[in-house]
Parts: sequence; structure tokens; C-alpha cells
Amino acid sequence: MSRIDDSRVKRQVVLPFAKSLEIAYQNIRVRFFRSLITTLSLLLAVSFLSFVRVSTDVANGLLGTGDPAWREQLIQAGYDLSPEDTSAGSSPKQRWIIILSLAVCTVGIINAQLMAVTERFREIGTMKCLGALDRFILRLFVLEAGMQGVAGAGAGALIGGAVALASALARFGTAAISSLLWIDVTGSIGAATGIGCFLSLLGVLYPAYVAAKMQPVEAMRIEQ
Amino acid sequence: METSHIVRVSNVTKTFRLGKIEVSALKGVDLEIGTGKYISIMGPSGSGKTTLFNMIGGLDKPTTGKVFIDEVDISQLDAYELAWLRCRKIGYIFQTFNIIQVMTALENVTLPMIFAGVNNDAAVEKGIKLLQLVGLEDRFRHKPFELSGGQQQRVAIARALANDPAIILADEPTGNLDLITGEEIIKLLKKLSVDRGVTVISATHDIKMLNVSDQVVWIRDGRVDKIENRDELSISIGQVEIRK
Repeated sequence: MSRIDDSRVKRQVVLPFAKSLEIAYQNIRVRFFRSLITTLSLLLAVSFLSFVRVSTDVANGLLGTGDPAWREQLIQAGYDLSPEDTSAGSSPKQRWIIILSLAVCTVGIINAQLMAVTERFREIGTMKCLGALDRFILRLFVLEAGMQGVAGAGAGALIGGAVALASALARFGTAAISSLLWIDVTGSIGAATGIGCFLSLLGVLYPAYVAAKMQPVEAMRIEQ
Repeated sequence: METSHIVRVSNVTKTFRLGKIEVSALKGVDLEIGTGKYISIMGPSGSGKTTLFNMIGGLDKPTTGKVFIDEVDISQLDAYELAWLRCRKIGYIFQTFNIIQVMTALENVTLPMIFAGVNNDAAVEKGIKLLQLVGLEDRFRHKPFELSGGQQQRVAIARALANDPAIILADEPTGNLDLITGEEIIKLLKKLSVDRGVTVISATHDIKMLNVSDQVVWIRDGRVDKIENRDELSISIGQVEIRK
């Protein structure tokens, strides 16, 4: 197959990263309520994860004081601690529930993003007609999901952590906060946010691929 | 007189497979479109008009035959080259306007220029000039939902001209517009075509287009029925005017 090298057709089409960020942000802003629903499911799942992790951090903080009375209280509160345990971890049951809730959330994100892509066929087709490459479209959707991920997971992690601390305060009193290792808590919240962002990006991969592969002729499709 | 042909369709057929049935949308079309002309492709629904239009615009590939844009066989182009073609050589206008809803009029017009690598300031300056050309200089900050159908189509026309294309492809540009607005859009397209030497190829049902077309290609049943030049047109349409 002969390559076209004469000046009649070239190959250079660009979309600067800053511009794609701007477009992605505008897309979310305009479709605020729709993206809120996607973000909400992520927020709830991540807040659960964050809640469990921060509660574990509280337990570890209390255990770390060395006072045996706390051990009794923790066991009564429902923490799974055998007499020799020096630190609290999550039980298999807890882990399973967390994994399930995150999985459900991811499936929900995939669904919502697929619907969004299908709805925006005309916009995607038009951009292709204006010369957008497949990877520009992919980039736009991934950036949108990334922003939603950061917002949703960040908010969820903070809310979950706050709820965990509040309930610890209510149950164990101020010792729960004073014995806390803040580095653990920051780590937990950070990890929860990271996991949430990752899931948001994971959920958008297939829908973004579908969007990127859309043909420009879709821009002309008339919905009956 | 030797005119260069900006678009050349050579023995093109297109067959669609719908389940087990094969539908032959184009049954052998030969067409040559001269540079700078205003061409209307007309035909009833199901005649293959849209299919032919998509072939010319590089939006679809023929089953057999070749389409040449500026003497370049577009089936030989890869994805990048096709994207470049759509960005720089061809401007599209749609029946449904297809203005991007999340962007202002100016941002819509500058988008193709961004893809072409034009820097932001130059793009904005040119965008404003183009919007002035179509009569929307005081609406460039408006979003599409704040604009009427006719105004959105004007934004679409300005956008189509963003990278000074050689060809404008208009798919039923007046399909969603009322008579008066449609007439205004047709006049605008013709004026811009003449002023800038752009070839306009329009697939349309609208007989108001006949007034401004240099050539009318009638498609029927997947084949070119006849090609009429301006002076040979057997229908003449009066002007649409607002009753005062």
C-alpha cells in the first residue's frame, strides 16, 4: 500500500492536555446531576471502606495504650480480637463485604458510563468529524472519570473517616482520639481515596473504548 | 474549460448487509465535482443520497470503486490522515446542527483550530471574525441552548469554515429550520462559497437549494439519474420573503 507523502494530506492533529482537561471539566459541570449519581455510588462504597479502615486504626490506637480494659471494650464493641492479638485487623467477613460493595460500585460505574457514552453519540461523532483522533475521545472520558473519582472517592473517604471517628468518640470517649496515630488515619483515608479513584478509572475503560471506536457517521444519525 | 475536480467518485458501489439481506445502496456512481462549485445532491429517501454523501465526505468506504478527494484516494488513508482530512480539508454541517452543548459559540468555532494546532489567541481572533461573518458577533459567549436553530446553524457554518477547508459538506442543512431561516442559511452558504471559493456539496430535500446551486445531481435508486447545470434547471423557484 503506498503511503501518502505528498503535501496534500498530512497527519498532524493535536489536542493539548490542558484543553482536554478543560473540556472534561466542563462536561462534568454541565452534566452535574448525572455525574453526581455516578459519584454517589463511589462515595458510598469508599466511605464504607474508609469507615472500616479508620475504625481499625482507632482499635489499634486503643490497643497500643497497653490498657487491658480497652481490649474488653473493643471486643464488646464487636471487634474481632482473640486474647493474644496485639493489633486489630479486618476479619475475612469484613473484607468480603468491602470487596463486594466495591465490586457493585464498579459495575454501577461501568453501567452509568456506558449509558453516558451512548447518550453522547452525536457529540462524539461530531468531534470525530472535526478531526478528533480516537485517543482524544478516550482521553476525555478517562479524564472525566478521573475527576469524578477524585471528587467522589475523596469525599467518601473523608466522610467515612469522620463517621468512624465520631462513633469511636461516642463509644470510647476522648481516649479514642488521643491514642490515635494520625499517620495511620491519613494513610487509611489516602488509601481509600486511591482505591476509589482506581475503580472509577477501571469502570470507564470499556465505555471509553466504545466511545473512542465510534464512527464519525454517528453524528448524522437521526433518532426516531 | 478545464476545471480541476476536487472530488471524483469512480464507479462506486455500496452494499449493506442487514442480517441475511443484502441492500445495494449505490449501484455504480460516477461523479466529478469541480472546485468552487455549489452542488446539490437531491433524491427521495432511500435513493442512496446519504450513502453517496457519506462516501464523498470520507465517512464511509465504498464496497467497490474509489473516491478521490483532491486526487487522493481516501481508502488508502490511515486513521491519522483521515482525521487530518476531516480537520483541514472538509467542513461538515449537519441537519441537527451538532453544536457541542457544553461549549460556547466561540469555543465551538475554535475547536477545529485547536485540533489543527493553532495557538489559542490566534484561534480566538479568527473565531470572532468568523462569527462576525455569519452575523453572530454579539453572541459568541452564548451556549447552544441560548441560541435559536438558525443561530446554531450559523455557528455550525462558522465552525465548518474554521480551518479554511476546500470542501463544505452539508447534510440537510435546512432540514430542521423553518422556511425563512432556511432561506437565510442557504443564502449565507452561497455567499460564503462564492467569497471564499469553497466547494459546497449539499445533500438535501429542500428545493430552495435549487436557486443557488451550480449543479444539481439527481440520485434515484442508487444511481445518478441526471446532472443538471444551473442554466438547464427545469424548475425555478421564487424567492421566500417575509410579508410586510
